[in-house]
Amino acid sequence: MAAISRDEVAHLARLARIEMSSEELDHLASELDQILHAVDRVQEAAKDNVPPTSHPLPLKNVTRPDVVVASLSPQDALSGAPASDEQRFKVPQILGDAE
Amino acid sequence: MALNYDGVIEKYEPTLGLEVHVELNTNTKMFCGCSTEFGAEPNTQTCPVCLGLPGSLPVVNEVAIESAIKIGLALNCSIAPFSRFARKNYFYPDMPKDFQISQYDEPICVNGFLDVEIDIDEGTKSFRVEIERVHMEEDTGKSLHVGGATGRIHGAEYSLLDYNRAGIPLMEIVTKMIPGTEKYAPQVARAYVTELRDILRSLGVSDVKMEQGSLRCDANVSLSPRGSGKLGTRSETKNVNSLRSVERAIHGEMIRQGNLLENGERIIQETRHFLEESGETRPGRSKETAEDYRYFQEPDLVPVAPEASWIEEIRATLPERPSVRRKRLQAEWAVPDKEMTAMINAELLDTVEATVKLGADPTKARTWWLGEISRVANEKEVEATSLMNPAQVAEVIGLVASGELTDKLARQVVEGVIAGEGSPREVIEKRGLKVVSDDSALMAAIEAAISSQPDTAQRVRDGNIPAAGALIGAVMKATGGQADAARVRELLLNHLGQGA
Repeated sequence: MAAISRDEVAHLARLARIEMSSEELDHLASELDQILHAVDRVQEAAKDNVPPTSHPLPLKNVTRPDVVVASLSPQDALSGAPASDEQRFKVPQILGDAE
Repeated sequence: MALNYDGVIEKYEPTLGLEVHVELNTNTKMFCGCSTEFGAEPNTQTCPVCLGLPGSLPVVNEVAIESAIKIGLALNCSIAPFSRFARKNYFYPDMPKDFQISQYDEPICVNGFLDVEIDIDEGTKSFRVEIERVHMEEDTGKSLHVGGATGRIHGAEYSLLDYNRAGIPLMEIVTKMIPGTEKYAPQVARAYVTELRDILRSLGVSDVKMEQGSLRCDANVSLSPRGSGKLGTRSETKNVNSLRSVERAIHGEMIRQGNLLENGERIIQETRHFLEESGETRPGRSKETAEDYRYFQEPDLVPVAPEASWIEEIRATLPERPSVRRKRLQAEWAVPDKEMTAMINAELLDTVEATVKLGADPTKARTWWLGEISRVANEKEVEATSLMNPAQVAEVIGLVASGELTDKLARQVVEGVIAGEGSPREVIEKRGLKVVSDDSALMAAIEAAISSQPDTAQRVRDGNIPAAGALIGAVMKATGGQADAARVRELLLNHLGQGA
């Protein structure tokens, strides 16, 4: 059975606002399916006595003190932005299609 | 015919749900050391972590954890011995990472409650609001939509993003469904947010300023036909920026839904925006389902597992609950209801209490803060507490009590302190405002008044006591208002043979 359907890929593409052609969907659905099947092998190792983890190290309560450190200058912060205006990141209109 | 509110209540039962987001007042953001100061120039408080630049790693702010535990304990929640962060993925540029770090199925606090009281015609009525969870997350950046209708998403040509706010610690406090509030639903919603705000303020964990967005409320409401036993479809109203708006939004939404149902239409589960001017709501962006957010555990952060002993330490430091404290202070100070409400609404309760703690009479302290000082504050459009501090007010009250100042002089001292002339003592010194308590000096002024108004003096001698007013007035004028009028009266009447 496929681990991910073509419809699910189309849905994810929509959530990520990525336009995909029918051919691209076919192609990607099959590729993602293979990847997911490969990752599925982890499940074989994860027996009942192996608790799920979200972190490779057995750490907890790693915190930092509430002390201000220097921020980037706005110039540096914006230096990687494709576009900026009024010292802000400029992005294309969003959600227009959803409303 | 369209149903009004009473008509809706007659046919439908409301169920409420309230989600409150509160920004913590930590110095730094949730996962990085950027400042959280409000009102800074755009994008001056960002770093690789809160901009989501590659290779950066978040680290949890320890004070934010402590604040979350405080909030949970104050809301009678259990504190989870183990909780984790999760990524909430969504495509919207208010988070540069393209996800928000939040908590999903392992929140830090669960299963609490908050009892609230509302005023009804027959007195007060109490409701228990059950708390589902309190979880930690980070605030989003601010978007400015340009083109089309200014500030609105709809029709915008492009958006400008300021990420100063992105990453500020945010607590989300979610109630369980609140049934049984009946016609009081809007009032209960308001009372809950008010009580929550007061508690958060007393804990010192947030500025809780709704108008600045440090406290935000999403109000969910649904209606079900009476006796149907079925829960209706809910709407979620955002942009509710004041306590009054919480009440109005629920009220307006109940009328809207009631009329839709009455016309046989379906309620759509959606996010709506509250419109301050009309008290109505309009549809917002269509809600993505929880699945669409593709939550998964945040791999860059380790679990939060607070020690039980630390939780108990925090519990021991919790302040008295504000509503309990208000009742206690009202009884201790013997304040009438109306004045108590005025003091709370003016947000001067803490200030008055601080003044009383410095030895001032509660009634006098209240009168100064709510009277003269608030009057000047209103004129200047500033906070009363920015004009004087409790120690100064207590000092003035003390000087009146000891007879060193009259009420009239005290007002001049207050005026001087507000004008920045220094402490009460310094103002008295500079303005020469001491009460003339030297009887011989007063007698000289009395003699002078009598000799300038011999006829009046004679009338007093003949028993016309009210006539003494003119002479007392002359003495007060001669001493520049610095005499104790009661003492002047006593000396004058004695002198004219009319002493008691």
